[in-house]
This record gives sequence, C-alpha cells and structure tokens, in this order.
Amino acid sequence: MPQINAMIRVLTSLVLVLFISTATTNHLIANEEHAAIDTVSHKKFNTGDLIFNHIKDSYEWHIATIGHTHISIPLPVMVYSQVSGFHFFMSGKLHHGTESYEGFKVASEGKYQRKLVEIMADGSELRPWDFSITKNVTSLFVSIALILFIFLSVAKRYRQNFARAPKGIQSWIEPIVIFICDDIAKPSIGKEKYERYLPFLLTIFFFIFINNLMGLVPIFPGGANLTGDISVTLVLALFTFVITSLSGSRDYWVHLVNAPGIPLWLKLPLPLMPIVEIMGVFIKPFVLTIRLFANITAGHIVALGFYSLIFIFAEKSIIAGYGISVLSIAFTVFMGILELLVAFIQAYVFTLLSALYIGLALERHSHPAHA
Amino acid sequence: MGLVMPDFGLFFWMLVSFSLLLFVLKRFAWSPILKALSDRENSIEDALKSAETAKLEMLTLQAGNEKILKEAILEREKIVKEARELKESIIHDAKLEATIEATKVMESAKSAIERERAAAVNEIKNLIANFSVEIAETILKEKLAEDNRQKELIQNYIDQINLN
Repeated sequence: MPQINAMIRVLTSLVLVLFISTATTNHLIANEEHAAIDTVSHKKFNTGDLIFNHIKDSYEWHIATIGHTHISIPLPVMVYSQVSGFHFFMSGKLHHGTESYEGFKVASEGKYQRKLVEIMADGSELRPWDFSITKNVTSLFVSIALILFIFLSVAKRYRQNFARAPKGIQSWIEPIVIFICDDIAKPSIGKEKYERYLPFLLTIFFFIFINNLMGLVPIFPGGANLTGDISVTLVLALFTFVITSLSGSRDYWVHLVNAPGIPLWLKLPLPLMPIVEIMGVFIKPFVLTIRLFANITAGHIVALGFYSLIFIFAEKSIIAGYGISVLSIAFTVFMGILELLVAFIQAYVFTLLSALYIGLALERHSHPAHA
Repeated sequence: MGLVMPDFGLFFWMLVSFSLLLFVLKRFAWSPILKALSDRENSIEDALKSAETAKLEMLTLQAGNEKILKEAILEREKIVKEARELKESIIHDAKLEATIEATKVMESAKSAIERERAAAVNEIKNLIANFSVEIAETILKEKLAEDNRQKELIQNYIDQINLN
C-alpha cells in the first residue's frame, strides 16, 4: 500500500502546514512523488515522538516537514565543553540532529535524548554547559520583546495623560491590571504593603498569560511550549520563593519552627510540625512549578493527541483517517477554546498563589494563641 | 524523566531575561501605569467629592434663599401693617385736632357773640335812657308850664333835702 503511506505523509504535512501559504503547494506535490518512491525507509507513525518533539525544547525551530524536506529555522548553538572549550555555531550544521558537528551531536536516545552531547573518543556522551539559544529561548526572547513593546507603549500613553480614556491595547490591559491590583494583590497581601509587590505580580501574570497564548498559536513565533517547560516555571516559582522569603516577617519564621496553638507533643521530642512547616516552605514553589508546567504541557499533549488520532486511524484505513479528522478537528477546536481559558486561569492561579504566599509571609500575629 | 528535569540553558536564559524584564517593566511600565491609574482614581474621587459638596452647597443656598424670601414677605407684611397703623393714627389725630380746633372756634365765636350782644344791650339801654330822658323832658316841659305847679315841685324837693 505505498500510495496510502504516501497519502498519510501528505496528510501529516497538510495538517502541520495548515497555516503556511499556498506558495508551498507546488513543492508539496513534488514531494508526494518523491515520498511514493521512498516507501521502504518510511517509519510507522509514532504519536509519542511527534508529541514529545513538540513539547520538548529543540535546537532548531521546526515549522513543517514536507516529504523528506524539513522546513525549520536554524538557531545559534552555544556550548562550553569541559573538554574542548567554547563552541558557537548555527544548529543548521547539525542537519536536523542527524549529523554531528565539531564533535557535538543531538542525542537520539538515552539519558540526554534530544539534547546536545559531545561524543568522546571512547564513544561515550558528555553533556556540555549548554547556553544555546534553543526554540524555547527564542520564544522567550520573542515574548519578552512583545511584552516590552505592549507595556512600554501603553505606559507612554499613560504618561502623556492619565485622565484620558483608555484606547486600543490599553483598554485591554487596564481591566486586567486593575483586576490584579484590586482582586489579587489587595485582598491577599493587605492594603498597606501590596504596592511593593504589584510590579512582580503584574509581570508574572502577563508573562505567563502572553506565553500561554503564544503557545496556542501553531506557527512561528508561537507554538513553543515555553510555559509548559519546567525550567521556565521553576524560575518563576523561584522568584516567588525568594520574594516570599525576603519579605517574611519575624512571626513567619518563628511560626515555622514553633507554630502556636499546636500541642507540644507534635513539636517535642520529635519536631513533627516544624518539619512539616519547613517542608511546606519548599513545597509551595515546587507546587507552583509543577502546576503551570503540567497544565500547559497537558494542553499541548491533548491537542496533539487529537491530531495524531487522524494518522493513527489513517494507518489502518485512509477512509477512517478522513472520517476521524472531522471529529479530531472539532475536538481540537474545542480544546483550543478550553486552552484559552486555561491560559488565563493558570496565569491567574500562579499570580494569586504567589500573592497569597507573600501575604502569609508578611502576616503579623498580634495574639500569640493563634490556631 | 527528561520532561520534568529542568534544563540548565533555558533556566539560565530565563533567569537572566526574566530579571531584566521585571526590572525594565517595573521601572518603565508599571510605575507610570500604576501611578496614572491611582492618579485617575484620585481625580475621579475628588471630582465626585466636589460634586457632592457642590450639591450640598446648592441645597444650603436654596434653603437660604427660601429663608430670605420668607423674611422679605414678613418684612413686607410688617411694613404694610405699620403703614396702616400709621394711617389710622394720623387720621385719628387729625380728627381729634380738628374737633379741638372746631370747639375752640365755636367758643370764641360764642364769646364774641356774647360780647356783641352785651354791647348791643348796652347800646339799647343807653338809647332807651336817652329816649326816656327826652320823653320826660317833653312831659316836664309841658307840666311845668303853670307857676303853682313849679312851686309845688320846688317845695317837694326842698322837703326832701331837709329830710336828708
């Protein structure tokens, strides 16, 4: 069934290049013939690989694969190897991870799968210090540029005349800013001190929200799974952790070690409660990290899972593939709408919990017998 | 496992760029935006407050106006009343004075009449006396034409004188 396999390939491409202009159509048809000949080397459709290739970071920005032609944006690779020092080259030199360059290769399996490793003389793999501008780092820079552009231009308008009614993007920003001010910061932190923490809360909210939204856009510069990357959510949670710890009042630290209103046998001789309390300090940012990462990654996985259904069914029968595509696309559209909601909710939850943690750390207890 | 292991490179870039983003936004975006928002909130609050005070002022002004109007009406009534009283008293006084004057005139007229009458009576008396003397003269002239009669009379007179 070479024709069917070829059709599957074309369909894969079709879905992935949904947003590419018709200019590539000719190319597509040319590759169809090419793919039809090249069926022997054709691998089975692997859903796991497709999904993981998408949600994991990569050294190039893959846009589409048409036949055997990968369309991707090469990104700079910057590594410091303990053995061979600094290396700087564009990821195009790696030929989509199939070839090695200057002794470096993207590991295809094992501990460092999808990561750049240096192949040592004995064939072992060594992971260098990797400062590469990967897909997610690029997405990070693009989103930061976008955020700066939006908020600096909005700030300019405010600076010109504060009394003017909001206009354009300003009227989109303003209710959210006021919402974070009045409904997150004020009730969680308290009226006296909330202003100090507002810039941080606003920044994490808009950073997460805009990156969540960019993750939903299927084509460059969107589509990277930035807020679904644990490194990014970890940094965000670390900021909350550091700010919480730095603003902790005396009561906050005392309560960690000696929580009032708890029976003494829970503290001595085995300091059960202090252990739980101190664990809680670290669990809070950990939970923040995991929640955002898991929610966004799950959204991407589910959306890709629905798309993959088309190709899984099409491997059995092309008709089934077409049939299921209707359902898949309907579900993906539904998921997309749900993810829009999730994008907002996760940004809101992260900001709210950060504000709550800061508020808890700031709290002063006037009466010692506090349960 | 690879999915939940933080990646050093991305962690590093995220740390650096998010710190920078936080700093730049705080300095150049959030402070002017939040300041503008609080300024606007304050100006709206002020405007509302001043509108409220203006309303109150209007009310007090209205109440003042009403009070002044009421007072003016009272004043007018008082003035009218006073004027009426004044009029009545003037009329009363004038009447009184006129009566007194009239009485005076009457009295003087009466006394004048009295005087005139007395004078007239006197004159009449004089006239009557004169007439009587003239009549007596005439009568005497006629009676005393005879001598004995004259002698008799003289005798009478002499008698009377002796007696005195």
